[in-house]
Amino acid sequence: MTVFEYAPAPESRSIVTLRSHYGLFVDGEFTDGGGTPLKTVNPATEEVLGEVAVGTDADVDRAVRAARKAFTRVWGPMRPADRGKYLFRIARLLQERAREFAVLETLDNGKPITESRDVDVPLAAAHFFYHAGWADKLEHAGLGPAPRPLGVAGQVIPWNFPLLMLAWKVAPALAAGNTVVLKPAETTPLTALLFAEVCQQADLPPGVVNIVTGAGDTGRAVVEHADVDKVAFTGSTEVGKQIARSVAGTRKSLTLELGGKAANIVFDDAPIDQAVEGVVRGIFFNQGHVCCAGSRLLVQESVHDELVASLQRRIGTLRVGDPLDKNTDVGAINSPEQLARIRELVGIGEAEGAQVWQPDGELPERGNWFKPTVFTDVTPAHRIARDEVFGPVLSVLTFRTPDEAVAKANNTTYGLSAGIWSEKGSRILAVADQLRAGVVWANTFNQFDPTSPFGGYKQSGYGREGGRTGLRAYLKES
Amino acid sequence: MTHVLDPTAPGRPVAPGAPDAFADVTRSDAAFRAFLHGLPGVDQVGAEARAAQLGTRSIKTTAKAWAIDTAISMVDLTTLEGADTPGRVRSLAAKARRPDPADGSCPQVAAVCVYGDLAGVARDALAGTGIHTAAVATAFPSGRASREVKLADVRDAVAGGADEIDMVIDRGAFLSGRYLDVFDEVVAVKEACGDAHLKVILETGELRTYDAVRRASWLAMLAGGDFIKTSTGKVSPAATLPVCLVMLEAVRDFRAATGTQVGVKPAGGIRTTKDAIKHLVMINEVAGPDWLDPVWFRFGASSLLDDLLLQRQKLRTGHYSGPDHVSVV
Amino acid sequence: MSERLEVRKTYKLYVGGKFPRSESGRTYPVADGRGHFVANAAKASRKDARDAVVAARAAFAGWSGATAYNRGQVLYRVAEVMEGRAAQFAEEVAAGEGLSAAKARAAVDAAVDRWVWYAGWTDKLAAVLGGTNPVAGPYFDFSVPEPSGVVAVLAPQRSSLLGLVSVLAPVLATGCTAVVVSSLQRPLPAITLSEVLATSDVPGGVANLLTGDAAEIGPWLAEHADVDGIDLTGAGTAAMELERSAAGTLKRVLRAPADEPDWTGDPGLSRMTPFLETKTVWHPIGV
Repeated sequence: MTVFEYAPAPESRSIVTLRSHYGLFVDGEFTDGGGTPLKTVNPATEEVLGEVAVGTDADVDRAVRAARKAFTRVWGPMRPADRGKYLFRIARLLQERAREFAVLETLDNGKPITESRDVDVPLAAAHFFYHAGWADKLEHAGLGPAPRPLGVAGQVIPWNFPLLMLAWKVAPALAAGNTVVLKPAETTPLTALLFAEVCQQADLPPGVVNIVTGAGDTGRAVVEHADVDKVAFTGSTEVGKQIARSVAGTRKSLTLELGGKAANIVFDDAPIDQAVEGVVRGIFFNQGHVCCAGSRLLVQESVHDELVASLQRRIGTLRVGDPLDKNTDVGAINSPEQLARIRELVGIGEAEGAQVWQPDGELPERGNWFKPTVFTDVTPAHRIARDEVFGPVLSVLTFRTPDEAVAKANNTTYGLSAGIWSEKGSRILAVADQLRAGVVWANTFNQFDPTSPFGGYKQSGYGREGGRTGLRAYLKES
Repeated sequence: MTHVLDPTAPGRPVAPGAPDAFADVTRSDAAFRAFLHGLPGVDQVGAEARAAQLGTRSIKTTAKAWAIDTAISMVDLTTLEGADTPGRVRSLAAKARRPDPADGSCPQVAAVCVYGDLAGVARDALAGTGIHTAAVATAFPSGRASREVKLADVRDAVAGGADEIDMVIDRGAFLSGRYLDVFDEVVAVKEACGDAHLKVILETGELRTYDAVRRASWLAMLAGGDFIKTSTGKVSPAATLPVCLVMLEAVRDFRAATGTQVGVKPAGGIRTTKDAIKHLVMINEVAGPDWLDPVWFRFGASSLLDDLLLQRQKLRTGHYSGPDHVSVV
Repeated sequence: MSERLEVRKTYKLYVGGKFPRSESGRTYPVADGRGHFVANAAKASRKDARDAVVAARAAFAGWSGATAYNRGQVLYRVAEVMEGRAAQFAEEVAAGEGLSAAKARAAVDAAVDRWVWYAGWTDKLAAVLGGTNPVAGPYFDFSVPEPSGVVAVLAPQRSSLLGLVSVLAPVLATGCTAVVVSSLQRPLPAITLSEVLATSDVPGGVANLLTGDAAEIGPWLAEHADVDGIDLTGAGTAAMELERSAAGTLKRVLRAPADEPDWTGDPGLSRMTPFLETKTVWHPIGV
């Protein structure tokens, strides 16, 4: 009997029209930037997808002025219901152009097309749809009868979920009546610029959404601009601290969604097959480029061997390769820099004596790739149990009692998310209560929804995105 | 996985089907219940999400051609109607031998599945083909008869020529917790089968929960079933992907624990090539490629074969086909 | 017959439910509104702050894990005990803030009422700030507010009692534990409040009050890695620098108002939400 080899099933990229040059989106128009353009690259093939403008301080200033003008003259005074209608339009346009967004996201980011198609893009549309409905109901946000927007929001987003993070930032800001200047990640600017086209198609008034591409300096200019009222950042804890420092002493309000080192706790009474799936989804979803990734598996000693064996068997079925192939489970590492960081930490893990395991199989020759990796014999003192790898690398630790599980889970400077696997309801509630994490997934993992607040404890940042709590971050009591 | 033993339980003969590692778990009702209830739970949402995810695999071109032929070779071509006649069974057997009369390269199916009284007709019509004759038995589909009647039903079908017996478990006994009764009955049926292979129908549509499906799967495997089968086709829902997922996990785990491989047969409700391919993907990624063989996996179906043939023709000719291009039975 | 010679109080720190002197041995003279010597107050050092953080951390699990009803009762008990010592507080406030007896008494009354107000909040926060989230899938999903942890509070410099209670009570109401640095010039009500806390049902370590100079201790607290939040109300000109320091460990920061506010106004939720996290829990719904 032959082995069931899945033939390549590539999603067509013909739906996407790549341009040789992409400009900034300021005041409703695409314009050149003052900086030296950067190249954005398909991390799976190293193909240059296009040249992207780099915004300078002057470009950022232009964008903030446009946003301010739009805030005071158009978007602020607009009837709330009409603001909502614009957001509904955007939600629909994202749905209509979903395939285009999905393919472009996969080209620029390296994530599997199934994920951009089934997770990123639908959730982005859902975020706009959800927040659209808030626009004329802000008096129910819990900030008094007439809450006011903050003004101009400066938003800086990461490369792991480019469009989705844009949606998390832009949708609540606009619904609350703010205007935005958004800086996409240096390596993944393309879907944000396609989103700019959607804003044009929706006839969104100029200046309400401004997108300024570039690298760290451009982001810094957005954050530090004196006329920005609100800063929202998703990214590394290190940069988050710099931003918190830079807004100190200003009137800017700040929300930060930063790193994580989530514990995924598997008790011996877990629904084991679903736990295996949850652990796999927890760490290998989006190549592990997920701030809330379940990167520390805490497994009860009595089921350790069985669970690790099951995990290895399951990981052996993951298909690593061409992100555009509809059967790919794990795509490309987003950048050579990130790949180097993963390799460095994995090297440290090996040097520290943890046992490393990877499945068989070949990786493509070109592009940035890293195999799904499992470290066993990891202790809380290992670097790979403490540092965020932000890649497809799982560290397995053990525990004996629920108290020990909680103590180990909380033994981190982060506090973004956690997982619990058990069939015992009261245990789940007790452990969920004790975990110092902003999102606790019990018998599931990596679920997201616009109605559900997301954000961290401790050095995973502050503020929430999603739900009424997230909306409040863009409003103040009048 | 845990199992609790009751050391005070009276000694009980070890069932012939039960592998040594688990021989003790059926020593008493209490021990058996403790064992079955100690199997890991199944989270419904997680299991269904996993099945749905596997269903999004995109099987194209050469992989699809391979999958269609493999699926055809796994079909238990079934007729289980009150109106069945020897003529209809012979017609079915003819189709089983040569599913696509216009294309000799089309594989034949695995078995023809009929009521026990027509097993002999089927066997004669299939003589020399290698296609198996399967017969449903044990007061199919309800299973509501005395054990003697059920065993007589089995012996009659085997005597008539069936080399595969599809029995139903006593769902009433199972749902009321009389696991050992159900187990004993499967053991007895297995014994009555002689050399015939035994497929144990769990009728998962009546068990309702995936936890129960997992327990019933283990019960049937411990009792010596050669196959576990989802459904009679007479109860809705019949075979579903998540149910099949849980059963594939069960046979995978059972082999890991005992070394004994057991087959899986979803039956009822699988009508399209797309459905069949989803099952093949699931076998491949859950139980493993070892099960991608008619010896270890069957589709209990009637109309599925026609759609497989239409899709096969489409792949070979490049254009869509129609129902007049497959034979009616 | 001569008047009885009064027995003066030694003002000490309040850490972990006990009244230690500063480990540094330092004191500083406290004057009343007219500049007359009133007492020597303990001048807390960075090590006292460190000890207070340890005590606050140790108390956090118990305090945050208590039922909201229980926390409400404990805070209400603070109001009861405080009410019984209203005259003493009024004297200290009058002397320290240079208020008339009537105004001082009004401030004390408002402070007592503030405890009552926050006592009533403990078991309403979850309903007002949390709830279930109707996610698009078969999951039960709910969000609850939870206390951030140990909060450093730099109490207002002017309003030595009402201001102090207005910044401490909300922190305790959330379930956080507190390390408070009192007003430098007007520390006495803070120590008397400590005695109230010690004799009501507030577990030791839940509230720790240090008298001394926020400018000296504040930076240590702002940088302390085991402090989760900081209220900069009494930080004065150091506020910006402290906020920058707090960024190093991403503390929750409640910024100082431009000028010390009128503490008699309705505070709303604004002093509690900065020290509340939102925890969201998901669980599948299935049989």
